[in-house]
Amino acid sequence: MSQVDLLADDFVGLGAYKFRSRLFVGTGKYATFELMQQALAQSGCEVVTVAVRRERLLDKQNRNILDFLDVKKYNLLPNTAGCFSAEDAIRVARLGRELLELDWVKLEVLGDTKTLLPDPIGTFEATKVLVKEGFVVLAYTNDDPILAKKLAEEGAAAVMPLGAPIGSGQGILNPNNIRIILEQASVPIIVDAGVGTASDVTVAMELGAAGVLLNTGIAMAKDPIKMARAMRYAVDAGRLAYLAGRIPKKLYASASSPMEGRIDLSVPK
Amino acid sequence: MQVTVNGERREMAEDLTILQLLSQVSLANRRVAVEINRELVTRSLHETRKINPGDVIEIVSLVGGG
Repeated sequence: MSQVDLLADDFVGLGAYKFRSRLFVGTGKYATFELMQQALAQSGCEVVTVAVRRERLLDKQNRNILDFLDVKKYNLLPNTAGCFSAEDAIRVARLGRELLELDWVKLEVLGDTKTLLPDPIGTFEATKVLVKEGFVVLAYTNDDPILAKKLAEEGAAAVMPLGAPIGSGQGILNPNNIRIILEQASVPIIVDAGVGTASDVTVAMELGAAGVLLNTGIAMAKDPIKMARAMRYAVDAGRLAYLAGRIPKKLYASASSPMEGRIDLSVPK
Repeated sequence: MQVTVNGERREMAEDLTILQLLSQVSLANRRVAVEINRELVTRSLHETRKINPGDVIEIVSLVGGG
């Protein structure tokens, strides 16, 4: 861009961490590590999520994902994906902290394998424990305003309501709930999951979300590299529109060119 | 002694430390985290902590995820 960067001083803070990019990108589901690398570069993201799994899950050529993530460029955020109880999520969070020597975690406690919807009770309980243990907890949750408030009260550093179920690509299904969550927010609200395309990201950002976390929308796009760039623009577009302040929606039209000074023209009755 | 490593039963020599176990499975120099019986054992203890018969051991690292 040749213009002035209007977002140059716009940062999102999570605990002691501070980021310029409001796009958080997952590293799962890419066809190859090389494709992942290129997509991440195009996305402009500074934070990428990773999962904790049993060792020996190397790719076919015996390579590990850490060999493809420049830790000087990306902040690795371990998740607790695949956990269906608070207890398991706490274990995995501790393992993630041990692996990365970082005290933050994307907390995911899911209810079942079919919907992959968050288990609100498990999420709440794990948040309490992990906050006490000194974790910076980024809590993945339903788009439930009451739960979002309670997670923040328990000390979550960010609350991450879903736009739609993980990997579903349905977009922001309940913008009204996201609006209520944002209105009462005391911590950054990051819309996490369900994003299908760039406009979904922009919708979330226009509502005032602090950021968007996504994985499948890029990784499973026909061209992940182009989609990653699209998502980057979408975040900036939505953020700028939010900061700029949209016009109110009105039922009737409002002419952009003056009615005064027109030549002798007819006006319909 | 019998132990379980990442879900697999294995026959191991007695008196093994975590670090020795990691070398046996060629993971001594990799970035891994280790749990014994659902409790994290931090890296600083790998050299000294002994494995007991029947222990359930998880050795994990990072993979792609959302």
